[in-house]
Amino acid sequence: MSDLLDTTEGAQHLFMGNESIARGALEAGVSVAAGYPGTPSSEIIERLAGIAGKRNLYVEWAVNEKVATEIAAAASFSGLRSICTMKQNGIHVASDFLLHLTGTGVRGGMVVAVCEDPGALSSQNEADARFFAKMLEVPLIEPGDFQEAKDMLKWAVELSEELKTFIIFRSVTRMSHASGNVRIGKLPDTKPAAYYNCKGPLLDFATGPMITGPGAVGFARTVQQGRLKRAIELFETSPFNSYAGPEKPELLVVTSSACSLYSKEAVDIMGIGDRVGILKLGTTWPLPPNLVKSRLASTEKVLVVEEPQDFMEENLKILAAECVTEVGAKTFFGKKSGHIPSQGELSPDLVVSALKTILAVAYEPVPQDYAARMFSAMFKTPGRELTFCPGCPHRASFLSIHNALALDDRDGFVCGDVGCYGIGVLPAGFSTVKTNFSMGSGLGLATGFGKLTQFGMTQPVLAVCGDSTFFHAVMPALVDAVHHKADVTLVVLDNSGTAMTGFQPHPGLTKDAMGFTSPPIDIEAVCRAMGAEVAVSDPFDVPATEKTLLTMIKKPGAKVVILRQICALSPEKRAKKKYDMSVDSSLCIGEECGCNRMCTRILRCPGIFWDSENKTAKIDEVICAGCGVCASICPSGAIRKAEVA
Amino acid sequence: MKELAKDPYNIIITGVGGQGNVTASRMLAGMLVSKGYSVTIGETFGASQRGGSVMSHVRVSKQGAWSPQIPKGKADLVVSLEPSEAVKVLAVYGNPNTQSLSNDRPIYPVRVIAGDDRYPDMDEIRATIEGLTSRSFMIPATGEALKLGNPVFQNVIMIGAVGGMDVLPITGEDFRAELGRKMSKDKAAVNLKAYEIGKSLVRG
Repeated sequence: MSDLLDTTEGAQHLFMGNESIARGALEAGVSVAAGYPGTPSSEIIERLAGIAGKRNLYVEWAVNEKVATEIAAAASFSGLRSICTMKQNGIHVASDFLLHLTGTGVRGGMVVAVCEDPGALSSQNEADARFFAKMLEVPLIEPGDFQEAKDMLKWAVELSEELKTFIIFRSVTRMSHASGNVRIGKLPDTKPAAYYNCKGPLLDFATGPMITGPGAVGFARTVQQGRLKRAIELFETSPFNSYAGPEKPELLVVTSSACSLYSKEAVDIMGIGDRVGILKLGTTWPLPPNLVKSRLASTEKVLVVEEPQDFMEENLKILAAECVTEVGAKTFFGKKSGHIPSQGELSPDLVVSALKTILAVAYEPVPQDYAARMFSAMFKTPGRELTFCPGCPHRASFLSIHNALALDDRDGFVCGDVGCYGIGVLPAGFSTVKTNFSMGSGLGLATGFGKLTQFGMTQPVLAVCGDSTFFHAVMPALVDAVHHKADVTLVVLDNSGTAMTGFQPHPGLTKDAMGFTSPPIDIEAVCRAMGAEVAVSDPFDVPATEKTLLTMIKKPGAKVVILRQICALSPEKRAKKKYDMSVDSSLCIGEECGCNRMCTRILRCPGIFWDSENKTAKIDEVICAGCGVCASICPSGAIRKAEVA
Repeated sequence: MKELAKDPYNIIITGVGGQGNVTASRMLAGMLVSKGYSVTIGETFGASQRGGSVMSHVRVSKQGAWSPQIPKGKADLVVSLEPSEAVKVLAVYGNPNTQSLSNDRPIYPVRVIAGDDRYPDMDEIRATIEGLTSRSFMIPATGEALKLGNPVFQNVIMIGAVGGMDVLPITGEDFRAELGRKMSKDKAAVNLKAYEIGKSLVRG
């Protein structure tokens, strides 16, 4: 049985932060969970979906983050407890609905869990979701370790129900994707009964219609601001705000989330616990003024340790200014002073370096002679550029797109968006992708480019998108392209799943998140219904795909080419080779061939490498996934494929 | 080893995306948690898994959660599924007392495959690792895994070798119990064999 369903109160499990959040949702009696996959948030919905049947939950991978929040809100309006999840970009997608939702508030507890990726380890941008809490006037909480990830999620649901507003619960990669021991609590015996009461009068959000409108704005905001005032009262005594250190520290570190662990570690390894106090805040908006004031009064210097932006630092400075007559003027250190970097992920080392400067403490992690050896070792190994996995259909797709554009010879280019196929900007994707923005933006931009013929634009424009992205945000752009007769070719890289984030199902597939059979939405039929001409090809058939692409690129108007081949890492395909590949070294004539070592220098698949001693290409049988693409591009016929029995 | 050599004891498991870092760190951590230790694991996945260098930071303690990122120079043990990655990690997280265990099978970066970059000689890698550690092993984990019929066993062979190094309070019995929790019975036998192979590779 899944550890998530363990009923032994007090038992300890090693939980990933996201599993801890999922367990917190269960302990809170959440009935409905919805989200859109995005690193580092995906495992929350994944884990809840896996046990949905056993706890009578409804869990879905929504088509996008805005719809996910709407699914969660409907449950809340009907008296159920709910959660919706997303990565940092997701709250930007969902924010229009969330802005409206502050106008009514909620009924059943509802938590918006945003898992951010400071340092953009698996993202195209950093974004600090905490500013949304201030902008939308809703409470914000941030767990500081794995135990709190569970405990605070449960509390957030209860708090939401008490205050009648949704709560933003903010996590980060080093919390969501890190793991630690978690002591579990009680799983409640819930008997949810859903009923949407809308019989009451207008503007009575407990019994009446949930609506926002011009006449209700002032009233609604007053109510919401009252909820925030009540939140402040509760936050003043919250056990999730804690202080450790001397009563009158020389320096007060104010921190939250994973940064509180970095701060603790830095103080610990530098051995300066008698000089530095750490105020770890779990309730970061609105700040509890009395608690903060009492700590400010105990020191002259304050260092704010947070990522990726200076959200707390700004708000602390405002608070400090407001109470300057009570606590005296303070010197603040942080991002503004340059002691903490203003971009990227923080680490214990970055906190160490801030503390070294502020307190003039000497600290070196290793002896000097060892540090010199470390330095020289750094240059002894080659770097690793991102690439497509061995057997990835995208490598083959981009090869064909690249070749088709070269044959077409009109300086054509590709607009991309979010997903593994973003690697199309690198040599691994033959550098074919020339714009790369948000979900669905490839086609939106391509449509814009495709309307510039009246200004003399002659370059053919392609857009690429994944199958999950197609549903998330490409469909409206395709409507725009067809309706406005933009000259554009959309290439759907259909690898049968949301591959980048771990094969979450999407509306094009026959199973939903919980494993139930669902009617698939046929991408091809949708495109045809919109009025686009559609062609379908298998990217592993390189010559046919190239030909199809070339034909479609040359046609006017909006066209769609669906390149369909399952992701090499998908559970159905993983570790199952279609072909055993080999190189006949008597036929591979290497540099003499004139192919410019197409298989290794151009294709750059990790499964085939150049054996410089024997001057021949060679298959690495541990890495090769047996897709057969290299055999179809070798002009000497030296690469052989034998079907695996 | 009956107790932790120090608290927290810091392990970095490194390799290339797709090699099974996450599984290896989870398995090792599972064994330690079942023995009553607090384990904190920090890892990255997502984009970095696509052919990039990956690391799991595993911190074992009696005191509770630690930072999911180990500070520079504070690794006690570096376990590497790929030889050049061991060098990369030691160059940042090593210290004169660090021990290391590395698989001997290279995975060439794309720039090496394309001929734009050079992969260092194994002797050079060995010497660099030795210069940065107090005790180090380089074992043919992938080769031995292939003999067992599948390269995926390389991870378990590496964990067996960690057991054999006697640096952590874990035994073959703990591994057997962990398999019982995480794997079906039919898979347990070959994994146990892989563990024992790993152990014998460092005990010679």
